Amino acid sequence: MSQTLNASTLLAIPLAPLAGSLLAGIWGTQFGGNWIGRRLSHTFTILGVLVAFILSAMTLSSVIDGARFNESIYTWMVVGGLKMEIGFMVDSLTAMMMCVVTFVSLMVHIYTIGYMDEDEGYNRFFAYISLFTFSMLMLVMSNNLLQLFFGWEAVGLVSYLLIGFWYNKPTAIFANMKAFLVNRVGDFGFIIGIGLIAAYTGTLNYTELFAKAQELAAIDFPWYIFGMDAMLITVICICLFIGAMGKSAQFPLHVWLPDSMEGPTPISALIHAATMVTAGIFMVARMSPLFELSDSALNFMMVIGSITALFMGFLGIIQNDIKRVVAYSTLSQLGYMTVALGASAYSVAVFHLMTHAFFKALLFLGAGSVIMGMHHNQDIRYMGGLRKYMPITWITSLLGSLALIGTPLFSGFYSKDSIIEAVHLSNLPAAGFANFAVLAGVFVTAFYSFRMYFLVFHGPERYDQNPDAHHGHDDHHGHDDHGHDKPHESPWVVTVPLVLLAIPSVVIGYMTIGPMLYGDFFKDVIFIDAVKHPAMQKLGELFHGPVAMAIHGLSMAPFWLALAGVVTAWYMYLVNPKVPAFFARALRPLIVVLENKYFMDWINENILAKGARGLGVGLWKVGDRAIIDGFFVNGSWKVVGLISGMVRWFQSGFLYHYALVMILGVFVLMTYFVWLA
Amino acid sequence: MMTLTLGHFLSLGAMLFALSVIGIFLNRKNLIVLLMAIELMLLAVNMNFVAFSHYLGDMHGQVFVFFILTVAAAESAIGLAILVLLFRNQRNINVDELNSLKG
Repeated sequence: MSQTLNASTLLAIPLAPLAGSLLAGIWGTQFGGNWIGRRLSHTFTILGVLVAFILSAMTLSSVIDGARFNESIYTWMVVGGLKMEIGFMVDSLTAMMMCVVTFVSLMVHIYTIGYMDEDEGYNRFFAYISLFTFSMLMLVMSNNLLQLFFGWEAVGLVSYLLIGFWYNKPTAIFANMKAFLVNRVGDFGFIIGIGLIAAYTGTLNYTELFAKAQELAAIDFPWYIFGMDAMLITVICICLFIGAMGKSAQFPLHVWLPDSMEGPTPISALIHAATMVTAGIFMVARMSPLFELSDSALNFMMVIGSITALFMGFLGIIQNDIKRVVAYSTLSQLGYMTVALGASAYSVAVFHLMTHAFFKALLFLGAGSVIMGMHHNQDIRYMGGLRKYMPITWITSLLGSLALIGTPLFSGFYSKDSIIEAVHLSNLPAAGFANFAVLAGVFVTAFYSFRMYFLVFHGPERYDQNPDAHHGHDDHHGHDDHGHDKPHESPWVVTVPLVLLAIPSVVIGYMTIGPMLYGDFFKDVIFIDAVKHPAMQKLGELFHGPVAMAIHGLSMAPFWLALAGVVTAWYMYLVNPKVPAFFARALRPLIVVLENKYFMDWINENILAKGARGLGVGLWKVGDRAIIDGFFVNGSWKVVGLISGMVRWFQSGFLYHYALVMILGVFVLMTYFVWLA
Repeated sequence: MMTLTLGHFLSLGAMLFALSVIGIFLNRKNLIVLLMAIELMLLAVNMNFVAFSHYLGDMHGQVFVFFILTVAAAESAIGLAILVLLFRNQRNINVDELNSLKG
């Protein structure tokens, strides 16, 4: 394997999926005349992603051998001293992200052949997911903030397109608008952050920016914020983090993610679980030299992350839609990653990002497989006993759930336990609350995961009790009435990705925890101020290999909490199904709050959206219609009209009037010249 | 016996001038009257010229009067020609109704 990386190979990685996307998207749809059929479409796109994956894997292997790449390859424009370039920065973080993105994307591509089989928009779907892969690769491979922002917006766009993939479904259109708008809020913060960086350092390039980080840290922010004196670096970091909050769906900008489940399941797995939502986490990890300088921003992240981790987990408990349970679990896990970022454990966050990408993609694809097996019923109340009919989906989903709740030796255990430990060891003021939130989150995670698992795969078969099996949900294919058929296992194109994802979900944590967290894999990539934030260093002292960690984990609180969650779920949903109903009655007000998702949607729709609309109407009526139209535009013609109305009174048209005025004028002038001058 | 002084002639000129001015803007009837009033105004000015010329013993003023009379004759000719055309087009030379200059 070569020790060096060259630009053309790296360029080929994002461009291969783009080429596939263009082929399928232009000539595979009505737009370009339907030249390419379904088979060619998926062949081209899968080939593109496969090329990207192989090259990414080669890149990762050379990066492990010590190769680095950091060059700008194209200058787009120069404005003043500010260079806007396209370039790649490939180091261990990038290479790892590239592999995760392309691998999950490849799995999803293959899976899509089975899942979207009956869909009319087959080629369009492939074009979109390949375009997504391209955008995400541009995002992670970037060596400057501008290209990062390009990828950032592009993944947002593809997410919008894919959530609204079934464009004649009103709920999907609502959801994609919502996702787009909420992301705009985050992006607004993000671009302000980028703008501040450009204004104060005059560069968008990572390397140059990090070199100036220290001098940036010394600058006071020129304006007071809420009456407080703020450091510039804090403002920048919080602005950047607001961008991450939008993309990584952190409270209170999380509202779009559950709704994004309106899209087809493969993209829920690819975009809304495994890759796009991790862009925020990736960005913060990439910007670690900046974030490390601002304790306030780290505290802020930790608080937001803990709120998301815990409270979004609660919502997962009461959801009945299989995809929504997984979606809330995603939110909660993203909260964990954010907490880890806040605790300065960037590598742990990225580690969890990676393990989570595998097992969450697995869980989503498993859920999709279940949905297919259930003839597009998504309601877990009307499933049950599926393990007999869908053995592969059953086993892989079990593995995914075990990884998610953090069973020792599974990948999720290593990453999640490291997060909990890192938060425990963190010395920031917010760590106390965060510690409680992540510990409680473990119980909640185990509970909702296994609630779903038991309801879907175990217990009595309830799939013939669904009153509206063929209305709404994902079902737009116009099945004939075979709702009473038995569930069936999915075709091999669906199960192979499940198996391929289950393998890393189980073993990747065990294999990579050593080098990634405590080795020097991220040595020159992630910067941690060990004096101010010693959590990571202490964590390293406690680590004695993955097996020892697993054994030690058995005696730790998270393990017992997870076990308690599983047992509770088992008791409540398999042994004694009357218990949930009892709780539902006893805790009615609480359930109402949860069912309304803490009234976040209500607040957004009735206060923020209405407020914004009210503001808009106000500005339109006062600013636009009264001041601009009424005063400036209409006002000027009215003044002109008034003056000319007076002037035209002189223009009587009668000769003798003009003559009189002339004579009077002569008299006046003569009087002036004779007597006054 | 009262001698005629410069003041008498100037008064006559001023009176003629005033008459013609009043003639211009009190006249609501006929455009010809208006032209006549203008001619009268020129005559009033001529009267002043002659009076001053005699009083100052300078003949230039009286020579000038001839020029003015000539120009006035030409001007009336043009004015009357315009009047004829106007009448052909409008069938009307009533001053009160000729307000097509009105803005």
